[in-house]
Amino acid sequence: MTDEAIVFKPTPPRPAPSARIGLLAWLRANLFGGWKDTIITLFLLGMLAAVVPRLFDWLVLDATFTGDAGSCRLNDGACWPFVVDKFNVLMMGVYPQDLAWRPAIAAVALIVLAGLTYTNRLRGFAVIAAWSVLPVFALIMIGGAFGMQDVDQSLWGGLMLSVLLALVGVIVSIPLGVILALGRFYGTPVVKSLCVAFIELLRGVPLITILFMASVMMPLFLPPEVVINNLLRIQIGLILFSAAYMAEVVRGGLQAIPPGQTEASLALGVSRTRTIAFVVVPQALRHVLPPLVGRCIALFKDTSLVIIVGLLDFLGMVKNAALDADWLGFQAEAYIFAAFVYWSICYGLSLYGRELERRGPSAHTA
Amino acid sequence: MAVTSTKTALGLTAGAMRSALSQGAVLALVLAGVYLLFDNTQENLALRGIESGFAFLEQEAGLPIGDSLIDYDPTRSYGYAFLVGVLNTLFVSVLAIIGATVLGVIVGVSRVSRNWLLAKVAAIYVETLRNLPLLLTLFFVYSVVIAALPHPRDAIGLIDGVYLSKRGFYLPRPQAGPGFAVFAIGTAVALMLGIVFWRWAARHKIRTGRSVPGFRGGLAIFVGLAGFAFLLGGSPVSGELPVYSGFNFKGGMVMRPEFTSLLIGLVLYTAAYIGENVRSGIQSVDAGQIEAANALGVSSAVVTRKVLLPQALRVTIPATTNDYASLVKNSSLAVAIGYPDMVSIGGTIIGQNGQAVEIIAMWMAVYLTINLVISVGMNYLNARVQHAQR
Repeated sequence: MTDEAIVFKPTPPRPAPSARIGLLAWLRANLFGGWKDTIITLFLLGMLAAVVPRLFDWLVLDATFTGDAGSCRLNDGACWPFVVDKFNVLMMGVYPQDLAWRPAIAAVALIVLAGLTYTNRLRGFAVIAAWSVLPVFALIMIGGAFGMQDVDQSLWGGLMLSVLLALVGVIVSIPLGVILALGRFYGTPVVKSLCVAFIELLRGVPLITILFMASVMMPLFLPPEVVINNLLRIQIGLILFSAAYMAEVVRGGLQAIPPGQTEASLALGVSRTRTIAFVVVPQALRHVLPPLVGRCIALFKDTSLVIIVGLLDFLGMVKNAALDADWLGFQAEAYIFAAFVYWSICYGLSLYGRELERRGPSAHTA
Repeated sequence: MAVTSTKTALGLTAGAMRSALSQGAVLALVLAGVYLLFDNTQENLALRGIESGFAFLEQEAGLPIGDSLIDYDPTRSYGYAFLVGVLNTLFVSVLAIIGATVLGVIVGVSRVSRNWLLAKVAAIYVETLRNLPLLLTLFFVYSVVIAALPHPRDAIGLIDGVYLSKRGFYLPRPQAGPGFAVFAIGTAVALMLGIVFWRWAARHKIRTGRSVPGFRGGLAIFVGLAGFAFLLGGSPVSGELPVYSGFNFKGGMVMRPEFTSLLIGLVLYTAAYIGENVRSGIQSVDAGQIEAANALGVSSAVVTRKVLLPQALRVTIPATTNDYASLVKNSSLAVAIGYPDMVSIGGTIIGQNGQAVEIIAMWMAVYLTINLVISVGMNYLNARVQHAQR
């Protein structure tokens, strides 16, 4: 008898039936799965057919791209020269035109730093250091110092002001939020209740009332001889508001750190303060990076409310531009442009937040 | 490590003593700070000749208010004007919460739909609204969408008595006839009987295992009896129709553009957030559970009601509580488009008499109360859907 090895030869799988592959099958599975799906699909297709071509006509085909208000009125479509004409005002407000290169340099620095952070070229301490220096640099460039001509804060406006308020707000409110969260999590009963009261009071009321308070009431709180300008008062209001929300995000991170970490560190003889500063907080922050980015987006959107207390940020300038007598009747263009700018910035940030979520807390060890 | 615990005179350990001292120091520091602020404020108010205290609430307001749920005229007091604002805030918030919940559930369910087109449209909606400031959405609705509607002269008539124009939406005003009390009492009784039947059906099913269509039966009882009471009262509800005369509509009920924009803006914006809560709730339920239920031959409606929903709500409700609270706070953006909510009216009062401290304290008190009520209500709901703790 010969030893004949029996080799198992699997029959190759048959190709999927034609009803399950190809365009038609995809359509049947994803658009016309049943009579309900078919009705929904047809309804949505009808709506899109009614809206999209008309929108496209208005935005592009019938739109005016060069000329002035007069040439816009000859066409039915959108008036883009309006946005071009107002572009400088929308970006910088009434900032002196001959000094416009200064905020422009600050903007370039911001974009470069954002790019480096997004692509993960900067790591660890360098990120924190660079982002802490950036607003100082921006303020010097915009406001003027070291022999540069002073530009009064009442002239700051437009997108520049929105970004500045958000940037300074985020950078100052994160450490403040960490302190509040630590007070709420580790503090003695008195400290803890003070932190809870502060956080809940600020989270419980609308931002507008806090801005009102900063703008109207802060001068009442301070001694008569102390005068703080309106912009700084509003910035302080934004920082305190944002810090209360940041604190709650950070608290979530603190709760995610297993107690064993603290116990191990204490057992090794590391002091309590150092344990919190070098073991707990860094890990907690890594856990909550994605929601922190979410808070940054929220703060950037919230800066639009400063119109109500008299600052002319980006949205304020857009609203003003729409009321210009020379360009009356082009509000839709103004708001669509504003939506495009806000959306691009916020969506870009949210993509970054998702990227951080994908990388996960452990991927950030420098 | 040896811990030495020397008892002090008070019988406390040194550690406890130190802790008590440091806490006392913090408290003293904070109190001193508060006193300093208070002192400064008193001095500043005196300098500006502003009288502090809530006595101003009794004074005549003299400010006109466009929308009011209760009778208002400028001879009323400041306190009454503020109350009008509080009611307006509550009114727009309640309507917006209902609208945003309905739209949010539709959007959330659409996002996980197997229908590719529906899911994409819902995703684009969510991504657009969530990445724009609410104030921009409000301005857009107010000065682009509603302003594009025709003049009342050429108003779009949807059905008789309902008209859309740039001056607002006109609706028939419901009016109670003589037999209204019969109808009202009848409806209340019908509602009670319907609920009693519903609960009886549930108990009956547990006791006997036999299924009774409790909800549908209860609904039928409610609708039937309420309808009967309506006829018995001699159809006591009629609508006063808006009629175009002169340059605008007269009579009927009007939703002014400011109110309509605020409502639409709040609903669209919050629905995008609630949609995401609903989606994450649905996705948190293990697909295997749905498949298992389907394999057991349970109908898809029952699977949704008894398997998917109860578990999805555990994830959805806490997040939605926050969104409801934000919605109420966001209604304060009314001030930017001129709907007289409590912030807008309060702001006007501050402008007139400078009593910022009192008004801001009143705002905070009202918002904190509303938030508390929302969180108590939602926590009750939440407690009912969470896992029972053993």
